[in-house]
Amino acid sequence: MAAREPRSIAGGAGGAAEAASRLTVAPRATARAAWLGQALENERVLGFLLLSPTVVLLGLFIAYPFVKGVWISLTNATVGNPGAFVGLHNFEKVFHDSIFRQATYNTFVYTALATVGKLALGMWLALLLNRHFRAKRLVRASMLLPFIIPTVLSTLAWKWMFDPTFSVLNWSLYHAGIIQTRIGWLTDPTMALMSVVVVNIWRGMPFYAISLLAGLQTVSPELHEAAAIDGANGWQRFWRITWPLVLPVTMVVTLFSVIQTFADFQLVYALTGGGPANSTHLFATYAYQVGIVTGLLGEGAAASLAMFPMLFVIVIIQLWYIRRVEGA
Amino acid sequence: MAGRGGSGSGMVEGALWKKWLYFYIPLFVFMVGTLFPFYWMLVTAFRPDGELYRPWRAVNNTPFWTTHPTYEHFVYLFQQTMFGTWLYNTMFIAVISTVISIFCGLLAGYALARLRFPLAGSIGTSIFVTYLVPPTLLFIPLANIVRDFRLGDTPWALILTYPTFLIPFCTWLLMGYFKTIPKELEECARIDGASRIRAMVQIVFPIATPGILSAGIFAFTLSWNEFLYALVFLSSPQQKTVPVGVLSELIRGDVFFWGPLMAGALLGSVPVALIYSFFVEHYVAGLTGAVKG
Repeated sequence: MAAREPRSIAGGAGGAAEAASRLTVAPRATARAAWLGQALENERVLGFLLLSPTVVLLGLFIAYPFVKGVWISLTNATVGNPGAFVGLHNFEKVFHDSIFRQATYNTFVYTALATVGKLALGMWLALLLNRHFRAKRLVRASMLLPFIIPTVLSTLAWKWMFDPTFSVLNWSLYHAGIIQTRIGWLTDPTMALMSVVVVNIWRGMPFYAISLLAGLQTVSPELHEAAAIDGANGWQRFWRITWPLVLPVTMVVTLFSVIQTFADFQLVYALTGGGPANSTHLFATYAYQVGIVTGLLGEGAAASLAMFPMLFVIVIIQLWYIRRVEGA
Repeated sequence: MAGRGGSGSGMVEGALWKKWLYFYIPLFVFMVGTLFPFYWMLVTAFRPDGELYRPWRAVNNTPFWTTHPTYEHFVYLFQQTMFGTWLYNTMFIAVISTVISIFCGLLAGYALARLRFPLAGSIGTSIFVTYLVPPTLLFIPLANIVRDFRLGDTPWALILTYPTFLIPFCTWLLMGYFKTIPKELEECARIDGASRIRAMVQIVFPIATPGILSAGIFAFTLSWNEFLYALVFLSSPQQKTVPVGVLSELIRGDVFFWGPLMAGALLGSVPVALIYSFFVEHYVAGLTGAVKG
């Protein structure tokens, strides 16, 4: 507050100067420029002015679509037809659809398995990268590649590796003597869901590793040395020292990643398209199938809004956790 | 010395086999696992069709290599599809939406970091929340809105919607950056008679250049990567972006043109990979900054 006082006084003085400039014979344009200059010195005016492009864009393409999405989900709109109000009919219809139920189950399995996998492997990789070795920068930079290369393009490489007939993975496993018959990576329903999870882990793990590495680098080596002198082994030191210290970063990374995984679309769309026999649909691919491919906008909007409660809970946890960490 | 300094490294001292078991072998496995799909993309892109479509158990003397590299898939890509146009579209959309997002993010980040005004806190929180809104939640109503605004099937449909997930990120990153810049620098300039806007543009923004670079590179890779909006908002082949074009024009029904597909995936990845390789440190700073934000 103290910092604010002098400025408001300066604003008052500016007002007087402005009045003075109006009294003199100064041309109107100069007076307007001066008035504008004074207005821009006011924190309220400037604050709103600087935020306005952001607020307009986000309002137009996030808030408005959200409201519109809720409205569409309550109508029987189709492509080119605004439709009429039908209440909760779309939600009812969607919840009774066996494919939607399968998609709900898949989304939770996919999110849970992929998150655990990414966290465990990401932490392991971060611990490895936190040591000193030759070409560390190069290794670290190349480890991030799956995260920066467009997902659809790298997923296509996986799809080729999982090809039922020409799979290099099957070829290698067969010639290593591990399998006798080929594995239907994307043709067997259970296997397909697992394959999608594996590719998601592959793509998201570097994000965890690099973020956690940044957290690990703040952990003082002296703590580890002291614990080692006291006889703690590597495992104990990880759980008693490293883990509690990187927990805040881990929480933020995990919550952020859970949202992305839960609402994932492109990976599944490119790898399986929801198949075989709808066994790998997630909320988003199902909503796309119903809303865009079939053209039932109302039902599609309802299906994608079905993600909202879960996303809402995660966002609340995220906000609460950040407040708590910042407050502490 | 080499084994010390990191966490969990104490036990490696002395026994070399332990260092191999706990460090080199896992790291090597991570490397292979991470990079093999890209390697396979590369090999496939240069492999003649005869070698690609071989029954999986057939005798194969060069399984992970080819002795007859060919450019035919790249030729096909540029002659039979509009790949060049897709590359241009993707680049154009990514650059413009990144510029818009940086512009908005700079102004908003500065306002939230430095100015006191009513609702600043709640606006800041709302921007953070929009950062967490996934595009998959809104794509159906957005498709309607894009059509209402007559933006459908134009690059502007994406240029105006990509900032919705880029601005929140840029704002938070830059806000964090502005908070680390001492206020005294601006105050000195203002005592010397500079207006607030002038102090912001000429003193604060230049100091924030590394932050702007981080946000820009991150935003660029995110827009290059975006798929759902591009898939839904664009329909004609000459408007498509690389990910959508490759997926929709090189897969026809159940027929996969694996050679051109992998060639397209490779070429579509090169621009991001290049930019990334030049600015790895900025990218990592952006990534970890976003997490801390």
